[in-house]
Amino acid sequence: MKYRSAFDIIGPVMIGPSSSHTAGAARIGRVARTLFEKQPKKAVISLYGSFAKTYKGHGTDLALVAGLLDFDTFDERIPMALEIAEQASMEIIFQIEDAVTEHPNTVKLNLFDDESEFELIGVSIGGGAIEITEINSFQLKLSGDPAILVTFNDRYGIISSVTTILSKYRINIGHMEVSRKEKGETAIMVIEVDEKINDEVIRELTNLKDVTGVIRMVE
Amino acid sequence: MFRNVAELVSIAEQDQIKIAEVMIRQEIEVSGLSHEDVIAKMDRNLTVMEQAVERGLKGIKSHTGLTGGDSVKLQNYINSGKSLTGTLLLDAVSKAMATNEVNAAMGTICATPTAGSAGVVPGTLFAVKDILNPTREEMIEFLFTSAAFGFVVANNAFISGAAGGCQAEVGSASGMAAAAIVELAGGTPSQSAEAFAITLKNMLGLVCDPVAGLVEVPCVKRNALGASNALTAADMALAGIVSKIPCDEVISAMYAIGQSMPSALRETAEGGLAATPTARRLEREIFGQPKEKLIDYLVNK
Repeated sequence: MKYRSAFDIIGPVMIGPSSSHTAGAARIGRVARTLFEKQPKKAVISLYGSFAKTYKGHGTDLALVAGLLDFDTFDERIPMALEIAEQASMEIIFQIEDAVTEHPNTVKLNLFDDESEFELIGVSIGGGAIEITEINSFQLKLSGDPAILVTFNDRYGIISSVTTILSKYRINIGHMEVSRKEKGETAIMVIEVDEKINDEVIRELTNLKDVTGVIRMVE
Repeated sequence: MFRNVAELVSIAEQDQIKIAEVMIRQEIEVSGLSHEDVIAKMDRNLTVMEQAVERGLKGIKSHTGLTGGDSVKLQNYINSGKSLTGTLLLDAVSKAMATNEVNAAMGTICATPTAGSAGVVPGTLFAVKDILNPTREEMIEFLFTSAAFGFVVANNAFISGAAGGCQAEVGSASGMAAAAIVELAGGTPSQSAEAFAITLKNMLGLVCDPVAGLVEVPCVKRNALGASNALTAADMALAGIVSKIPCDEVISAMYAIGQSMPSALRETAEGGLAATPTARRLEREIFGQPKEKLIDYLVNK
């Protein structure tokens, strides 16, 4: 089921005017910011479908940038997000795309700073709920619930090492998937969990052989 | 976990509990939070709704000037004592509009189930409150009952205008409100389901055609009349009237209609009211240029 909580329906508390085009957009921006692990210097924002047609009226532009600034859906600075980004020297480029996507509210975010770049595709599915469908060309499904992202070299035994650590800390896995581009190359593991993930868990996961990165996402 | 309205009603009947309680129990199970925390979380949403209505009724204008102030106008009219439909109905309509006027002005609201349809549930709640005198706990339950029905729609159909048109947003919100009004007024779980079905049946096919892509026209007034639909359907269900088409089948019909709705009528501002000469003129006045050029406007501003 796409929606699991009563608070997906009654909620979120948010700055108007649209849960999908404003709150959902802010959430996608914030997930991208979390996964990039820092404030980007430059963001190229590509809008598809209804996002592309009505982003201006719905404040989708403001909300996406607000998310990149790490603002929550109810942050009263959302209407000023473009000015705040400019003051923070974050360069923003919007692109309107004609391509037809599976869901009408789709956005692609390309984030850059001096050392790194990052790509994420997110979908705002309605009522403020979101799904991340692609990260750095890895196809996956992430709902924005608490999760851990592990990037690793595609070898046998790594999945079991990771889940062993989670089980040691009594962390229950709600949803998990593994994605890779080529056999034996870099792979990514997405693990949605029910419990809080503390720093110790992250440290242990990071120290595993062949694990190249661990990112924690909280609600 | 209940997957449809039939299961929801049958759990409530079997355990002899309210629909609100079914939703609360499921929330506790899914989230791992305590009963107290789940109630407190919804209490905070209720507070946001109260504040939004209050703010709207003080008079507010959106940045474009397209909406705002109508909820106040209606309150003044109610107070004049000349209203035809009566105080309760118009009070719900006015409070629904107040919420959406705040939303249009980029104020703080609680999505129910979406921001564009955020007025109906609180609007009807704060109106029936004056005659049913619920406790704070019962008002929180009202929101869980609404959530239970919205949950079924969201998982079996859609709640976004971009995916399914306004029927998915204000249609769902109105059905949710109708079901919750019935429960608060002492109706049975199956009467709540009837109220939902009667309401949504009347809103099937409603398109999402926001003028200039703004959540203002016709969104604010659609919430107003959604609230009036909800109250009427709740009274019908409480009178013992049943829907010939069962609630779950109405939701399936809504889904099928939404899927066959052209993209121009699903929140793209390309069809319906958004394509009328007046809407196009307003669009030019607000943005100064045709929509295609908006990106330049944004980049160069």
